[in-house]
Amino acid sequence: MIVADKKPVEEIIEYVKDCRKVLVLGCNECVTVCEAGGKKEAGMLASALRMYYANQGIEDAQVDERTLERQCDHEYLEEIRDIADQYDAIVSIACGVGVQFTAEKYHNTTVYPGVNTCFLGATEQRGLWTERCQACGQCILAYTGGICPVSRCAKRLFNGPCGGSSDGKCEINKELDCAWQLIIDRLKAIDRLDLYEKLFDIKDWSTDRAGGPRKVQREDVQI
Amino acid sequence: MLRALEKGADGVCIIGCMEGECQFKTGNLRARKRVEQVQRLLNSIGLDGERAQMYNLSSSDAPLFARYAEEMDERIRGLGPNPMKKKKNAA
Repeated sequence: MIVADKKPVEEIIEYVKDCRKVLVLGCNECVTVCEAGGKKEAGMLASALRMYYANQGIEDAQVDERTLERQCDHEYLEEIRDIADQYDAIVSIACGVGVQFTAEKYHNTTVYPGVNTCFLGATEQRGLWTERCQACGQCILAYTGGICPVSRCAKRLFNGPCGGSSDGKCEINKELDCAWQLIIDRLKAIDRLDLYEKLFDIKDWSTDRAGGPRKVQREDVQI
Repeated sequence: MLRALEKGADGVCIIGCMEGECQFKTGNLRARKRVEQVQRLLNSIGLDGERAQMYNLSSSDAPLFARYAEEMDERIRGLGPNPMKKKKNAA
């Protein structure tokens, strides 16, 4: 999932302090799971903003809250079609995709981000999310025991660990597992160390971010 | 918690089971985290975070409940009325 972290409320207040009608827009998907931008967080942020305005003596401020199933799909964003332009600002607490899609759809309303979008990751435990994928567009997990050297090796190495790997840890942080140590251990466990012998060609990074914004176009499902 | 404070409550006191004795295992620990979140949020918007408090006690411990209630009462009297209430009364 896309992992996001809450922005400090002070930063959000700075965005909307001069607005009088604000919609806090949550998203029911990834940001709900990582407890940054779901219905519960939308309620908390909206309540905090209402109390902020009241405490500042701004009596005509209105802060509403709404949570959509997703903010990255037209059909769900259409649900606020009739109300979006009633607001001075929308604070979207979806990921950066949701913020941008909302802004693209509702040109006349300012849309502010309420979270910092961080990475594609997994929930290791409650309150701990870690990166697993950089969406490089050319998945090689079949050859690396299901462990990604692009996202988990600091140097994105493709043919074994660097000299900084020590006791299974990475040189940039002694608490960080060396991705290549993990890969070797995993390949051993599944009896596929032969894959470690395979030399990777230079990776084609044209499917990564280097070529600018990417798109996936599927004619087999397009109507 | 925030809803109560927004409506003018001078303080909100959450009372959970003793730590390690919750029927819902970690429910009381999560509640404490929630209270801490609310305290930080209140401080961020210029209200006093101490208006939200978390206590733990056993359901059969009435004297301790009374002590916590008195402590909470003393705390919120010290803080004064919730500014939200002043605003509501003025309106």
